[in-house]
Amino acid sequence: MKMLLFNQLETYLYLAIVLFAIGLYGVLARRSLIALLISVELILNAASLNFMAFNRFLAPHPAVGQIITLFIMAVAAAEAAIALSIIVALYRKLKTINIEQATELRG
Amino acid sequence: MTAISALFTPQGIATLAFFMVVGMTVLGALIAVAARNIFHNVLGLALSLMGVAGLFLYLNSPFVAMMEILIYVGAICIAICFAIMLSEPLYLPKPPRNLVKMLGAGAGAGLTLVFLGLLIKKTKWTPAVERSTDWSITTLGHYLLTNYALIFELISLLLLVAMLGSIVIARGGRGSS
Repeated sequence: MKMLLFNQLETYLYLAIVLFAIGLYGVLARRSLIALLISVELILNAASLNFMAFNRFLAPHPAVGQIITLFIMAVAAAEAAIALSIIVALYRKLKTINIEQATELRG
Repeated sequence: MTAISALFTPQGIATLAFFMVVGMTVLGALIAVAARNIFHNVLGLALSLMGVAGLFLYLNSPFVAMMEILIYVGAICIAICFAIMLSEPLYLPKPPRNLVKMLGAGAGAGLTLVFLGLLIKKTKWTPAVERSTDWSITTLGHYLLTNYALIFELISLLLLVAMLGSIVIARGGRGSS
């Protein structure tokens, strides 16, 4: 029987690295803080996809990877809340959220 | 003719849907980083996360897929929309793109992609010798309340601290409000 494409570990791993590379490009190239946060969310999703793929195809207990993914989601939610409040506070103080203009600590 | 009839088997339909989900994920991710308008970025992120939820469905985890849509698309994307509305107005002129920086970022991300791709290609993945086939949500709940109870409580504490911290930061800090 031919192996189906969506029943192979490698398919999901390649997808995860594509997501990771797109997110990395966003982190490196964008200058708006919100766009940076969006790119970081993409990278976190690539990590969860990796966990879920290994969980589905290799791990001895298929519940553990799902639990780790749930924890990643919770941490990502906390991180997004903190980052967004920092963005709002920064905009109130500097009237911009461009990271190249937020250089108060440069001295 | 055979190709078309192969499409209408269960496997063919599943493969077609898989390609649609993959397309959603990659297209959404590209919109999320490449679009100029920050609001389009958020919509692209939502599309990409829906695609990832579909991939989780293919990985036998409907509960995590639901949580993905609920937490990411339902909560985080909406919170980002609020932050966009509370910060820089969209009609302001944006600074021009820096071509050198974009090329450098593309080269860095591309090199990482190639390196990780070669790594995956070279590695021989071996599954665990003994694998349980228990995917149910009941087992998930049992694990969360027995083996991982401490982490579960810690996560709730983390969320509480993050909530209080974000309120304190967004209020304007000490004395200035």
